[in-house]
Amino acid sequence: MSATVRAAEVEVGTELPEQVYPVTRADLVRYAGASGDLNPIHWSDRVATAVGLPGVIAHGMLTMALAARAVTTWAADPAALVEYQVRFGRPVVVPDDDEGTAVAVRGRVAALGEDGRARVDLTVTCGGEKVLSLARATVQLA
Amino acid sequence: MALDTGLVGRSYPPSAVYEVGREKIAEFAAAVGATDAVHTDAAAARAAGHPDVVAPPTFAIVVTLAAAGAVVRDPDVDLDYSRVVHGEQRFTHHRPIRAGDRLVATPVVEAVRSVGGNDLLTTRVDVATEGGEPVCSATSMLVVRGDA
Repeated sequence: MSATVRAAEVEVGTELPEQVYPVTRADLVRYAGASGDLNPIHWSDRVATAVGLPGVIAHGMLTMALAARAVTTWAADPAALVEYQVRFGRPVVVPDDDEGTAVAVRGRVAALGEDGRARVDLTVTCGGEKVLSLARATVQLA
Repeated sequence: MALDTGLVGRSYPPSAVYEVGREKIAEFAAAVGATDAVHTDAAAARAAGHPDVVAPPTFAIVVTLAAAGAVVRDPDVDLDYSRVVHGEQRFTHHRPIRAGDRLVATPVVEAVRSVGGNDLLTTRVDVATEGGEPVCSATSMLVVRGDA
């Protein structure tokens, strides 16, 4: 396991490395099975378009999980994320082809607490559009 | 139909025990692309100070989503699921969920608001071990779209 990020190495304004995560239909099927969220808008174009969506969309919780990965990858510790919140803005539409789409995650340390906790504000986009807003993670630094 | 603000504070009985298995954690980690060894290798997890493999941060939704069904199925809530959109989600972790945990989840209605013709229903599900040790809380805001 790689070294964890130490509080002394982090300051307000520290940027997390940008992460880009591909999302394909197969990923949605795998997430549906693993999470138990079998809502057909995440695998059926017929159902998705019938409720007014442009097509099959990713589970909001999958997008949230991917954004968490960017944080825990930076912290090098999946257990470091103690508080995490997002608002679901725009859906992530996933075309039925081999490439699918991609979710890009950027982050910036917005606040540091005396308890060694850092608040990271996240910018999560798909095709240049923000898909999450008010996305914030609190990380317990080493 | 507007949701009744009198629902705020209503709590529901604790869920049946959810026993967290190593294979379920590995399956969920693979589904979100979380490759850290602490999700799949008990020795690596122990080396990192955990008693067993730990789940990725959003795994809690697997436990809390089922429990929140108690709210959705409450006849007084009477949610039309075809109009429901997941608006916001928050997790507070007291410690990571890990293999071997026997968890119970207790839902409560935290807020009911009406904004621009839509109803906003916020539920919180508190997750603890069977023995009462707090593990995490998951707060979900659902948007119930109005007729307009």
